[in-house]
Amino acid sequence: MIDSESQYGMLLDGESSFTLGELSRCCGVHAEFIIEMVEEGILNPLDRDPGCWRFPGPSLLLVNSALRLQRDLGVNLAGIALAFELMDEIRRLRLRLQRLDTGD
Amino acid sequence: MEFKDYYQIMGVKRDASQDEIKRAYRKLARKYHPDVSRESDAEHRFKEVGEAYEVLKDPEKRAAYDQLGANWRAGQEFHPPPDWNAGFEFSGGGFTAGDASAFSDFFESLFGEHMAAGTGGARSTHRYARTHGEDHHAKVLIDLEDALHGATRTVTLHAPELDEQGRVTTRERKLNVHIPQGVKSGQHIRLANQGSPGLMGGKAGDLYLEIEFRPHPLYRVDGRDLYLDLPVAPWEAALGATVKAPTPGGTIDLKVPPGSVGGRKLRLKGRGIPGNPPGDLYVRLQVALPAADTDQAKAAYRAMERQFAFNPRSGLGV
Repeated sequence: MIDSESQYGMLLDGESSFTLGELSRCCGVHAEFIIEMVEEGILNPLDRDPGCWRFPGPSLLLVNSALRLQRDLGVNLAGIALAFELMDEIRRLRLRLQRLDTGD
Repeated sequence: MEFKDYYQIMGVKRDASQDEIKRAYRKLARKYHPDVSRESDAEHRFKEVGEAYEVLKDPEKRAAYDQLGANWRAGQEFHPPPDWNAGFEFSGGGFTAGDASAFSDFFESLFGEHMAAGTGGARSTHRYARTHGEDHHAKVLIDLEDALHGATRTVTLHAPELDEQGRVTTRERKLNVHIPQGVKSGQHIRLANQGSPGLMGGKAGDLYLEIEFRPHPLYRVDGRDLYLDLPVAPWEAALGATVKAPTPGGTIDLKVPPGSVGGRKLRLKGRGIPGNPPGDLYVRLQVALPAADTDQAKAAYRAMERQFAFNPRSGLGV
C-alpha cells in the first residue's frame, strides 16, 4: 500500500515551536510534567512569561525521550537532565574527534 | 522458530540469583536504551534484554523455562515440547505484566497463548488499558541534494500489527514524505497520527523520521556547512591562481591566494545548505604533486631541489 499523496510533516528545528498545551497534547502528558522539565532546566521556553511560553521544535523529542527514560530505567528528572547534558557533551566531543581525525 | 538463550542474552549463569539477574538487567538496559545508546542495534538489543528479563525475573516463568533443559543453544530450531509447561500454574502475568505479543515468537510460543488462555485477564487488561497508539521512529537516508533542493522520498515502514487471531504480523507501509529544503542531519520530521492506531477510540501515535545523509562523494556535511577537499598544484598554492571548484550550485572560479599551504581553509559564505542562516562551504586545499614519471619531470624536481634550500622537517628539529 502506498499513499500516493506526499506527506508534509513538521520539521522539528529551531524555527518550529509549540505552546505548552500543544506540547502536552503531542506527548500525551500533563502540563505539570512539562513545567517540571522547565524547572529542571531541561526545556527552555522562548518566553519568560509562562502564559505565552513557546517551546522550540526539538523540545518534543526531549519530552518523549525523558518519558522513555523514566519508564524504562526509572530515572528521575534530575537524573535525566544530567544524562542529557552528558550525552550532549559526548556528541560535541565525538564531532570534534571526527574533525581531528579528518584533519579539519 | 529459534531457541533463545535468555541467560546468555543477560550475560548471567543459569544459577544466577534473582538479585544478580536484576543487576544484570539494569546494567544492560542502561547500555542499550535507544535514547542513550550509540550502538547501531541498540533498539533490538534493548527489546531482547527486556524479553529475557521478563522471563527470568518471574520465578514461575524462569522455572518453566529452565525445565526446557540446558542443552538448547541460541539460534537452534525450536518447537515447544508437548505439555512442556505441565505442572506449572501461571498466574496469568500477575507477577509480571509483560505483553507477550510485544516479544519474540519464541517468547509467545512459551508464555503467550497459555497465559492468555489461562486467565484472559492480565494480558488483555494490559493491552486495552492503553488507548494512545505507539509512536514510531524511523531513520530516513537522504542525499545532500535532497536537502539542497527539497525532495519527496518514499519511506518504507514495517509496522507490527495484530491480525484477527491476535497474532503479531508485520505490515509494510510506504509513505511519500516531503523533505524540506535546508534540513540538517539529526533533525526530526514529525508526522502526526502516522504511528500505531489508537485502541478503544484512542488517538493514533505519531511517526518521527530522523534525517541522516548518505555519504557524499565530494562534500562532508556538518550542520548546514559543507567541507570540500580541493587538490591544487604546488605552483597554484605558492604563486596564487584562479582555479575551478565544484559547489552545490555549480562550478565556480576560486581564487587561491599566493603563499597558500596544504590544509589552508577557504570559506565561501552562504554556499552550503540553504536556510536561515544558510551554511558555508569550506574548501580545504590539498597540494597534489605531479608524478615524476618522465625524464623531464624528474629534471624539473631536481631543478627545484637545487633551487630551494628546503627542509620540510625543520619544525621537527631534525
